[in-house]
Amino acid sequence: MAQAVSTPSPTAARTILYREALNEALREEMQRDASVFLMGEGIAERGGSYKVTVGLLSEFGQSRVIDTPISEASFVGAGVGAAIAGMRPVVEILFVDFTLLAMDQICNQAAKFKFMTGGKGRVPLVIRTQGGAGNGLAAQHSQSLEALFYHIPGLRVAVPSDPYDAKGLLKTAIRLDDPVVFIEHKSLYMTSGAVPRDEYLVEFGKGRIRRAGRHATVIAWSNMIPRCLTAADRLAGEGIEVEVVDPRTLVPLDLELVLGSVRKTEHVVIVQEAVRRGGVASDIASRIQAEAFDFLDSPIEIVAGLDTPVPFNLNLEKACVPQEEDVIRAVKRAVYAK
Amino acid sequence: MLSGHPSGFLAGLYRTLYTIRHFETECIKLYRDGFIRGYFHPYLGEEAIAAGACAALRRTDFITSTHRGHGHCIARGADLRSMVAELLGRSTGYCQGLGGSMHIADVAAGNLGANGIVGAGLPIGVGSALASKLRGDDRVTVVFLSDGAVNNGVFCESLNLAATWSLPLVLLIENNQYAVSTPVEQATREPELYRRGGAFGVSSHQIDGNDVLAVYEKVKEACGACREAAGPVLVEAKTYRHGGHHVNDPGAYMPKDRLDYYKSRDPVERGRRILLQSGVPEEDIRLLESQIERTMEEAIEFAKGSPEMSTEEFVKFVEAY
Repeated sequence: MAQAVSTPSPTAARTILYREALNEALREEMQRDASVFLMGEGIAERGGSYKVTVGLLSEFGQSRVIDTPISEASFVGAGVGAAIAGMRPVVEILFVDFTLLAMDQICNQAAKFKFMTGGKGRVPLVIRTQGGAGNGLAAQHSQSLEALFYHIPGLRVAVPSDPYDAKGLLKTAIRLDDPVVFIEHKSLYMTSGAVPRDEYLVEFGKGRIRRAGRHATVIAWSNMIPRCLTAADRLAGEGIEVEVVDPRTLVPLDLELVLGSVRKTEHVVIVQEAVRRGGVASDIASRIQAEAFDFLDSPIEIVAGLDTPVPFNLNLEKACVPQEEDVIRAVKRAVYAK
Repeated sequence: MLSGHPSGFLAGLYRTLYTIRHFETECIKLYRDGFIRGYFHPYLGEEAIAAGACAALRRTDFITSTHRGHGHCIARGADLRSMVAELLGRSTGYCQGLGGSMHIADVAAGNLGANGIVGAGLPIGVGSALASKLRGDDRVTVVFLSDGAVNNGVFCESLNLAATWSLPLVLLIENNQYAVSTPVEQATREPELYRRGGAFGVSSHQIDGNDVLAVYEKVKEACGACREAAGPVLVEAKTYRHGGHHVNDPGAYMPKDRLDYYKSRDPVERGRRILLQSGVPEEDIRLLESQIERTMEEAIEFAKGSPEMSTEEFVKFVEAY
């Protein structure tokens, strides 16, 4: 696993976009290690659909920034093979929805190779992708599918919610010897935040308290974090102090951080954009009740997407995905406030 | 007919052919006696493809294998003790008993793994070939695949990627004419599988997969092309299984006359005949065979005497999962 967590030093930080932070992570790791290379659809000259790989082609050349045909199963598999053969590929899949075309290579090959070889084989592969709703992209370009990868032993799953974590987690992901599914959020690319000028890493399995509070614990990740932070501000105005916990990686999961907060607040709300059924929130809830049942003062609330494909119509899309008001209502139910 | 190859080389080929044949025959007995569990897909009848192809490779080259992969491992120089131990699920096996027959890999020896998913080795081979190209080394990857795999989507994708990127990749189709039990001519309108390569701009060839020298020569030529950046190359080696899909499939759907025809062209017997014709005396061949039999006996003893990973060790092994 990776090295120590650094925290942003305000003096040396500047404000950059989430997509710029990711770009910096790729650039720094490619400068540092010649075995790192990128593959994906339209990532070279075009710089990627969300401009994450802009400028990397001119700096590193076409042998390290490779445009692929629309062949997800095979270029992800090529990433697996190159990783086994000693490279550190970062493969971009345009939408998390398209990872479904490559599930054999991700779940049967990358995830299991080290295990099946009795620990001898390694697959230092990063699969960068993005998910989530918010732009009217409809049912096949708006899903939140982290639960699929969370379910498969052998994969690491990162879900960064701001530029600082995006950069630090991606740099760590590239250095890990296990396959990582790195899920960005399309609505976060143009959000900004403080990122240090100096190099830093964010360790997998170490969550972050995004806001301290004593009345209720809200656990969320990715694009639900900004939404929960805004909800927490509004609740603070009503005297309810919410603690917002961002696990940052779902595998490994920082259960200790979660449980520490739960023991303090005794009320829990878990917020995920993904559909409720079979989701990560349900699993975290089951772990909390198993480990901290005696501390709970109310049933665990889950705020999740509706169990439906995401509709195109913007109003209906909004209705399918947790909003600030949903979080506020759930927190109030949890703390028995009106 | 003399092959033109030195008898030492021919003896090496025959050693591989006979080792695979004997390994499979003995392991099937172990299976029948309950020592080996799970799926077991014998390579009997197809030995010349692995033996010929791997003889054409350098130690630094890569292969990817299939669910019918014991022959590829052996031809790539696998240690028989670790192989039998793996089939018996012992901790001294290649994968500590966690992989089994369908998942033996030996990355250090360039064997990137057998595979339980038909066709899945193709993209992985594209990846190792890509790694070679990016590093600028001259390693070639040979992907062993089946007539079943050519009808999986990744065949088209991977062939196209390898061609587009001019990768040092040899796609070696072991056309044993059945995908499990479905005859190849029922699974495609064009059963001459090598013809598919032309549509992707890939140099493509068909050979007798029961002729070890034909395989060796064609794969050597293909590897040479790959090392000169003229890859990829597709080779279809026609062959036939000596039995069903796995040890518990009697293969009742395989017509007797066809099976007899291919058995009359048995790759191991043909390899032996070539060796005899090169001037190696019968008793020397018999000596070689008995050495292999003795090595296999020792491997079986070793495997049977080896421990299994304990549950406690397993729990520790998977801690990070």
